[in-house]
Amino acid sequence: MDGVVRRLARRTETYLVAVLVVLAAIVTAGRPEFLTAENAFDVLRNNAFLGIVALGQLVVLVSGGIDVSFTAVATVAQYLMGLVLTTRGITSVWVALLIPLPIGLTLGLVNGLLVHYARVHPVIITIATLSTFYGLLIVFTGGTWITDLPMPFQEFAQYKLVRFTTAGGAEYGLSTPILFWGAAALLTWVVLNFLAVGRRIYALGGNAEAARRAGFPILRLQLFVYAYMGLLAGMGGFVQAQLAQIIQPNAIVGRELDVLAAAVLGGASVFGGAGTVGGTILGVLLIAVIRNGLILLRISSYWHDAVIGLLIAAAAAITAAQERRRRARAVRIHDA
Amino acid sequence: MHDRQATWIARYGELAVLGAMLVVVTGLLAVVTDGRLLGLESLASMAIQMPLLGMLTLAQLLPMLTGGIDLSIVSTANLAGITAAYVLTQSAGWYATPAAVVLGLMAALAVGVTNGAIVAYLDVPPIITTLASMIFVKGIALAVTRGAVLAGFPASFLFLGGGTLLGVPVPFLLFAGAATAIAVVLHRTPFGVVEYLLGSNPTATRFSGVDVPVMLFRTYLTSGVLAGIAGLLLIARFNAAQADYGSSFLLLTVLIAVLGGVDPSGGAATITGLVVAVAILQVVATGFNLMGLSAHLANALWGVILVLVIMLRRLVQARSGRT
Repeated sequence: MDGVVRRLARRTETYLVAVLVVLAAIVTAGRPEFLTAENAFDVLRNNAFLGIVALGQLVVLVSGGIDVSFTAVATVAQYLMGLVLTTRGITSVWVALLIPLPIGLTLGLVNGLLVHYARVHPVIITIATLSTFYGLLIVFTGGTWITDLPMPFQEFAQYKLVRFTTAGGAEYGLSTPILFWGAAALLTWVVLNFLAVGRRIYALGGNAEAARRAGFPILRLQLFVYAYMGLLAGMGGFVQAQLAQIIQPNAIVGRELDVLAAAVLGGASVFGGAGTVGGTILGVLLIAVIRNGLILLRISSYWHDAVIGLLIAAAAAITAAQERRRRARAVRIHDA
Repeated sequence: MHDRQATWIARYGELAVLGAMLVVVTGLLAVVTDGRLLGLESLASMAIQMPLLGMLTLAQLLPMLTGGIDLSIVSTANLAGITAAYVLTQSAGWYATPAAVVLGLMAALAVGVTNGAIVAYLDVPPIITTLASMIFVKGIALAVTRGAVLAGFPASFLFLGGGTLLGVPVPFLLFAGAATAIAVVLHRTPFGVVEYLLGSNPTATRFSGVDVPVMLFRTYLTSGVLAGIAGLLLIARFNAAQADYGSSFLLLTVLIAVLGGVDPSGGAATITGLVVAVAILQVVATGFNLMGLSAHLANALWGVILVLVIMLRRLVQARSGRT
């Protein structure tokens, strides 16, 4: 029993759940409608894009890298999808889904190749590809909005696997963006925990030099990691287009650091080797609940960023303190 | 001895390449724009625009030299600008301009001190620390101004952004002064020597008895103040302040720094390289503008150029046997 408590006390997820419960209690005390299924489904749905791409970022962070270009990748993927749909008159949602995924994957492979061969910090490379992907998209397309997405696309966004109605007659439930988020989470969980490639990604992030000497196929691992991020960015682009029902090239770019913040809040380390799917989902939920709670409590939206910035600083300071304590322990063991 | 020669060749070789790039780019664009690029009007506008980007890049340079990064510089610049703008729009006395400058810089200093303390004494990675302060500082600026634009400043303040002394634009003089000061500190003081050492080998620096936390603290503090100066230049040029001006500058500063020879993993940087890189970027931006080309095309090109420069550097290093 004691062992379980101690093991739980060491996990980031435990703290995140605790903070979430406290926050939920505070918001509910002020606004009882916070703790309703309708609001919960709303929050999940509205943060599906953030949730999906944060999972991709998790995999990159675990490998010891970082990707800030995914917003451009998601934008390129959804924009080209929108162009094909509207100019070819395609109405099938399944065909629509087949467009952004390979585009995201391909751009991710480009990132992986460049990161591997340039041997500078991936943040620099992905800053470069962010401006290139996005700049070329706007130059070639003119950056006009795509507003006439086909009808089935709208119906797909309205579809709900589980369906409830409020007293007022409004429908809510498990909608498709949430399903995509769930699928991405399941896939990432399987990749990181049950596939050999996942264990190798943790090892690479934990100690790149050791992984290299152990003869790991570093190039293939990095290609996998960035391609996976690209694939999820493509999926995120699809989901975001569904949520907005309009494709606006400047809707996603600029939100790179939000996603990084969510992953880091969830316990992923920028030094690599650490991070879990559960933690990342909780990190996204924490940011989502805070924003939602502040709105419900009628606190001016201008204060939201200040609160979230403080929260990230606090989380980072706590993580750093834990890290220091662990290192101190390691030194003692070494000395003994 | 041989090693030192190799570094000298590497350093000056790189500067020579950058200088050649500047000449070629300027020449090409001057021809394409029928000489308008080198006309008085564009030269004057370049001399006013370049210092702003240059000052922000200087603010980015020091953290990058120590192997870190400062994501909060643009937020900090805007906070300094808003603080100064409040003073300028609230009071009309002769003291308004000096008070605005001092208080604006103090706001930026406060961010720098906070970043420095967290990075140096709490051991939080710079990318996370400055990510948090970027969001927090922008949040505060948004909350205080409610997103509004503060505009209309006295001539004595606008002088900072558009005035001239002996025919030279004031922002240009400020940038030249700041760049010279940083160059002197980096190359002629013990602090500078240790700063390079810290960037190239943090562990060795720690074991050689250097007070690393103090070094890091001063680095982020200086970065904050430089960002503050950039903020004052920004609002003096626009005659307005807002919480989210210039967010595209953040990535540009990293790009220029790397183009100018800063090693993103720390330990290498020259001010001359930085100045030449800022000049190249400004010439291209102005040239594209004169040709009526989209700024997005310029951004796309910048990404490609950055990757090419990094790859070329890798090749040269591989050839000369360094890893």
